[in-house]
Amino acid sequence: MKVRVTVMLKDGVLDPQGKAIGHALHTLGFEGVQDVRVGKVIELDLHGVKAEEAHEKAGEMARNLLANLVIEDYSVEVVA
Amino acid sequence: MKAAIVVFPGTNRERDMAIALRRVTGQAPRMIWHHETDLSGIDLVVLPGGFSYGDYLRCGAMAAHSPIMGAVRDFAAKGGHILGVCNGFQILTESNLLPGALLRNANLRFLSQDCYLRVEVENTPFTRRWKKGDVFRTPLAHGDGNYTADAEALAVLEGEGRVAFRYADAKGRVQADDAGSNPNGSVNSIAGVLSENKRICGMMPHPEDLVDPLMGGEDGLPLFEGLVEALVR
Repeated sequence: MKVRVTVMLKDGVLDPQGKAIGHALHTLGFEGVQDVRVGKVIELDLHGVKAEEAHEKAGEMARNLLANLVIEDYSVEVVA
Repeated sequence: MKAAIVVFPGTNRERDMAIALRRVTGQAPRMIWHHETDLSGIDLVVLPGGFSYGDYLRCGAMAAHSPIMGAVRDFAAKGGHILGVCNGFQILTESNLLPGALLRNANLRFLSQDCYLRVEVENTPFTRRWKKGDVFRTPLAHGDGNYTADAEALAVLEGEGRVAFRYADAKGRVQADDAGSNPNGSVNSIAGVLSENKRICGMMPHPEDLVDPLMGGEDGLPLFEGLVEALVR
């Protein structure tokens, strides 16, 4: 199963990278960009598990290592 | 005091730390490779600076799960003393041995410069040679030193006197929104924090790099002298 874990900084946490990218987009003339947030996408190929179990395992991996829950939130999506 | 320095792949400040520890203890600290798990006979564990595991995923995230960190957790649970500097501080937060986290510097730049720290609490093993309000100079060198914690954790840290050091100007003035005195943008200008039992200290700047006149000063020496006093057997 292919599982995608998306890790984003929590809403209240300042994202200076996102801010810098937002500024750059404005400089390039892209109007109306309100807020830019930068995160990580981690794709996992999990063998021998069905979709539900893959989802559960990836969540466990996210809580243990992939995300730092002090500053980040994660979401899990089974993609194939 | 028998000190040990943990070395991960990518650690690069362990020899600086060894110089500082040798200076105050008169003996070479034990270097411990991250695959080892034996901390017997050790009074102080030091997690030095560097780029453990290439800073992959998050600074300190991989190191927090290496074999030695299980032993370090046991050591902490038994009341052991631990100092984490720079990447070592990041590893301590990633290991949940200290609260909060270190984000990318607010100005997005890697900073390599001197800074001033104001001592916020005295009578801890790490600050006993200073008085509250004392200011000392120390180098810093990091890309991810912007300390943050949620409001609840911050209230606990501040309320329990667990902020060890704050970034300040040379006169000891602290101003969190001033990039001159709080270079990485840390919340409440926090540069170093303590565990609940005050036996674990994590800080981003490098006091070990200012312990000899040949380095340009001895401003960082009191931290190490204090540790020896506190841990003498």
